[in-house]
Amino acid sequence: MGAVTTPSIRADVKNLNFFYGPKQVLKNISMPIYENRMTALIGPSGCGKTTLLRCFNRMHDLYATTNYQGQIILHPNMQNILSSEIDPMEVRMRIGMVFQKPNPFPKSIFENVAYGLRVRGVKKKSFIEERVVKSLQQAGLWSEAKDRLHSHATDMSGGQQQRLCIARALATEPEILLLDEPTSALDPISTAHIEELITELKKDITILMVTHNLHQAARTADYTAYMYLGELIEFGLTDKIFTTPSDTRTENYITGRFG
Amino acid sequence: MAKSSSKRLSEFTAANHPVRRFRRLKEKAIELLLFLAAASSVLVTLAIVGILVTESLPFFAHVSLFEFLTEREWTPLFENAKYGIAPLICGTFLATLIALLVAIPLGTVTAAYLSEYVSPGLRELLKPILELLAAIPTVVYGYFALLFVTPLLQVIFPDMGGFNILSAGIVIGIMIVPYVSSLSEDAMRSVASHLREASFAMGASRFQTVFRVVIPSAFSGMTSAYILGISRALGETMVVAIAAGMQPNLTLNPTQPAATITAFIVQVSLGDLPHGSIGYQSIYVAGLTLLIITLSFNVIGMWIRKKFQERE
Repeated sequence: MGAVTTPSIRADVKNLNFFYGPKQVLKNISMPIYENRMTALIGPSGCGKTTLLRCFNRMHDLYATTNYQGQIILHPNMQNILSSEIDPMEVRMRIGMVFQKPNPFPKSIFENVAYGLRVRGVKKKSFIEERVVKSLQQAGLWSEAKDRLHSHATDMSGGQQQRLCIARALATEPEILLLDEPTSALDPISTAHIEELITELKKDITILMVTHNLHQAARTADYTAYMYLGELIEFGLTDKIFTTPSDTRTENYITGRFG
Repeated sequence: MAKSSSKRLSEFTAANHPVRRFRRLKEKAIELLLFLAAASSVLVTLAIVGILVTESLPFFAHVSLFEFLTEREWTPLFENAKYGIAPLICGTFLATLIALLVAIPLGTVTAAYLSEYVSPGLRELLKPILELLAAIPTVVYGYFALLFVTPLLQVIFPDMGGFNILSAGIVIGIMIVPYVSSLSEDAMRSVASHLREASFAMGASRFQTVFRVVIPSAFSGMTSAYILGISRALGETMVVAIAAGMQPNLTLNPTQPAATITAFIVQVSLGDLPHGSIGYQSIYVAGLTLLIITLSFNVIGMWIRKKFQERE
């Protein structure tokens, strides 16, 4: 796995608590996110892994009665992205996200990838074109999409749509890419395709992924965090979590005794 | 014992058992009743079309279709009667166009505000108030146009007379805002939240999300809202009858008085017309023309809707 020397930190979660109304969903979570590594969040349904992921781009701010305590410090400028002084839009411009269900906009393939640039006010046509091509190439979609850039995105297959969503997120060069169970709505072949893609992408980009699929975490992640009932039970190198977990709860989950 | 009871049950469920026969009859009767209820509105529509067509046919025995379509004046009640539908169509379209210029932007923005910006509590308060606009009698709108909006417009256009199509059109527009906004809002709210989230996650603002993602996604539903608004504006009678002057006038100048098809019908039907006279028949011809126009808009609307639905 080659992660013998500890890589530098890209983001640092510090004593994070999160509330939906009066209900505490995340309890005092602290963990590092390493640069150009892939970190997987695993745990049974309702453990708070998606909630934690959505703290990173302040998605919870879209809904009333949500409340953060604690910090997520983004390196290297050491900004707390959960601070109420920081505009969530600014955070979302820096951190990209891909959702569980492929959700391309009802626009052309080209316009889907260009969306992030357009909302940032980029007007220069050549720049947008260049970036769209590069992002589609990075997402492994170029050969399939190059002859139909102006056809409708929703005409593509589910797996292609999800790769388009990855391209859309990559087009704005995010500092961290969040993946929320990106293959849970896909067939095994598309899933394999996306996993290959993620493995390629993590060489140049920091990835945080929620997954239900333990094998997927074991196959693709460098680091794994196991969560249960809103708590971070164990965080460490994926190899270690899956072979010699130090907490019995992790072991029980990994070995399939529950969850 | 189990055997004998199952035998009795099978006897009971036999097709010719009286209870079964009664149930079948009851089902048939209910089905017939439902069919009649559903058929009634279709039959009424067909009857209206039938009457319009049969009463219009004798008209075209007097006036050629060519004259009807090309003559530039509509004066069926004058000594020297002219039968050109163009001024009425022109008035109708002008009033509708002005109404839509008011209602579509205002209705769409209102819908976007209600669907995307307002808190659920405030929305529940605002919606009934907005829908109250649709409950005001149109005759009230007519006098609102004549006595309030026209004097205001005369500040801008001092030469404008007391009767004009502009004021009538604007007020029809205000009147149909709730029709446009209510259906548009439904369409916007039914846009899947994961599309909104995708847009926000890209760093888009709420405004960008509404105008770049929500409205394009809701467009097929919004087309129905616009078509309903158009049909409502085309058929509006009282406002134009009161505020626009009831003078058939082939003009595109909205500060002029004019008459719409419906205004003509109400004007003529107020007087005494002998049954079967050409003036009497002209009402039916005008009605038929309006029906054809409204129907065409509905068909176009359905076509646009379908085209956009395929894309979603």
